[in-house]
Amino acid sequence: MIGSNRPAISVRGLRKSFGPLVVLDGIDLDVAEGTVFALLGPNGAGKTTTVQVLSTLLSADAGQIRVGGRDVAREADAVRHAIGVTGQFSAVDGLLTGMENLRLMADLWHLGRADGRRRIDQLLERFDLVDAAKKPVSTYSGGMRRRLDLAMTLVGEPRIIFLDEPTAGLDPRSRRVMWQLIRDLVARGVTIFLTTQYLEEADELARRIAVLDHGRIVAEGTPEELKRLVPGGHIRLEFGDHDTLDRADRTLPGSVRDDETLSLQVPSDGGVRALRSLLADLDRASIDVHGLSVRTPDLDDVFLSLTGSHDTDKAVPR
Amino acid sequence: MTRSHVLGDSATMLRRSLLHMRRYPSLTLFVAGIPIVVLLLFVYVFGGTLGAGLGEVAGGRAEYLSYVVPGILLVTVAGAAQGTAITVAMDMTEGIIARFRTMAISRAAVLTGHVIGAVIQTMLAVVVVSIVALAIGFRPTTSPVAWLAAFALLGLTAVALSCLSVALGMMTKSVETASNLPMPLMLLPFLGSGFVPTRTMPDALRLFANNQPFTPIIETLRGLLDGSPIAGSGVLAIAWCLGISLVGFLLALRLYERLPER
Repeated sequence: MIGSNRPAISVRGLRKSFGPLVVLDGIDLDVAEGTVFALLGPNGAGKTTTVQVLSTLLSADAGQIRVGGRDVAREADAVRHAIGVTGQFSAVDGLLTGMENLRLMADLWHLGRADGRRRIDQLLERFDLVDAAKKPVSTYSGGMRRRLDLAMTLVGEPRIIFLDEPTAGLDPRSRRVMWQLIRDLVARGVTIFLTTQYLEEADELARRIAVLDHGRIVAEGTPEELKRLVPGGHIRLEFGDHDTLDRADRTLPGSVRDDETLSLQVPSDGGVRALRSLLADLDRASIDVHGLSVRTPDLDDVFLSLTGSHDTDKAVPR
Repeated sequence: MTRSHVLGDSATMLRRSLLHMRRYPSLTLFVAGIPIVVLLLFVYVFGGTLGAGLGEVAGGRAEYLSYVVPGILLVTVAGAAQGTAITVAMDMTEGIIARFRTMAISRAAVLTGHVIGAVIQTMLAVVVVSIVALAIGFRPTTSPVAWLAAFALLGLTAVALSCLSVALGMMTKSVETASNLPMPLMLLPFLGSGFVPTRTMPDALRLFANNQPFTPIIETLRGLLDGSPIAGSGVLAIAWCLGISLVGFLLALRLYERLPER
C-alpha cells in the first residue's frame, strides 16, 4: 500500500439542507493521505455541496469534518492553509492575463518576489501555458482555462486538493491532459478529492470511489469492487443469417440471442482478454461475424443497479 | 492573521482592481461622461433662466455655472457609485471570489480592494469633470487650501458611497439589479440644493431636501469653492460620510461572509 493510513479527510455524519431541501443526508467518508478519492454521482446528487463544505465555503448543519487533521468549522484558517480548490466553474480572473492570475495567487500566499516568480515560471512551463501567459484569460480555450485554474491552485503547494468535476465540458484530448496532471500530483504525494459524473474518469484516477445519490452514499469501494456490483457488460455480435446465428449460439453458451436483428449478446467484462478468447472461439468454429460491439458498464448501470430508482426517463433502452 | 497580512492582502486586491480598471478604461470614461453631459445641459440649456432665479444677486449663466458645479461633482461621485455596484456584482459571480474564500485571506481585504479601487476611479472622474468645468469658465474664488479641502470632502464622500455601493453590489443577485439599485443616489443631488436653492420647493420636498445627506455636503463644497457661508453644514457633511461608510462596510462584510448561501 502506498501512502500512510492517516486520513487526510475524515467525515462523519455530514448533513446539509437548504431550507426544506435536504442536500446531504448523513455522509461518512475517509480519504487516505496521498491517494485519489472519487465522489461519483449525477447532477444534483450533492457533490458540489460536499466539496463546498469540505473546503470551508459552506458550513455543515451537522457532522464532524476534519481536513488535514483540522476541524473545518473551528479551524477554518488552518484548513485553508492546507487545501487548494479547483471548481467546476473555473476560479480564474477573466479580466487578467494568465501570468497576472498566478502572480495574484503568489501575492496572496505571501511568497517573496523571487520565490513567487520561480514558482510561476515552473507552473507555466508544466501546464503548457508559457505562450499564453501574457494574454487575457478571456481569450483562453476551455482546456487552457482549466489548466490555469489548476496551476493557480498549486501556487500555494497545498497538501490536499479538491477537484470539482475537473474535466466537465472538456474535449477528450484536454481531458487526457488533465488526467496526466492529476496523476503527476499524486506521484508527488498530494491527496486528491475528485468529483465526477464519469465512471471512466473515476476508474482511471481513483483508488477508492464513493457513489453519491440523493445526498447519501449508496456504495463505496475500489473501482474493481464497484464494477463487480454492476451487471450489464456484454459483447454484441451480429451475423449474416439464421444459420450462422444458430451455430454461434451453440458455440457460446450463456449468451442471449435476438432473431430479429440476427445478433447475440455475450455477457463479458469487455476486457481485451475476454474479447481475444471470444474471437478465438468463433474462429475455431469458423463462424463469420458481421459486426461486433463492446458495451461496458457505465454510470447509468451503476445507478440502476445500486439505487434502482435513478431517473427512469434517463435509463437507456438496451 | 497578522495585521501586516491584512494590509498586504488589501494592497494585492487593490492592485487587482487597478488592473481591471486599466484594462477597461471605458468604464471610467463612461462614469465621467454622464456628469459632463448634465453639466453642459444645465449650464447652456437651462443656465440662463435658472441663473436669474438664484435670488439675492441678479444672475445669469455665469452665476449659475458657479452655483451648479458642486452639485455636478456630487452627481459624478454618485454616478461612479453605480459603476462600482455593477463592477462588484459582476465580480461576485466570478469563480475567483469562491477561490479567495477557500484561501487564508483576510475577509476585509477583498472589500477594501474594491472600495479603494472605486475611490480612485471616482476621483479620476471628479478631476476630469472639474477640468471640463474650468474649461467652460468655472472659477473658484477661494484659496488653494479651500480647494484642497473641497477635494478632500469629495474624497470622503467617494469613500462613503463606494462602501455603500460595494454592499449594494453584493446584495443583488444579478448585474441588472445592481445597475438599478444605486440609481436614487444619482437623483439625490437634484432633490437637494444641488441644482436650485431648496427654498422654492413645496413644503414636504423642502423638508426632505434640507435634511438629506447630500445637501450639507453640497453646501460645504459650495462654501469651499465660492466663499458662501458653511456654518454647521461642514460637521454634518463629515458625520453623514463617516456614518454611511461604516454602515456600508459592515453590511458588505456581513454579505461577503454568507455569500455562497444565497
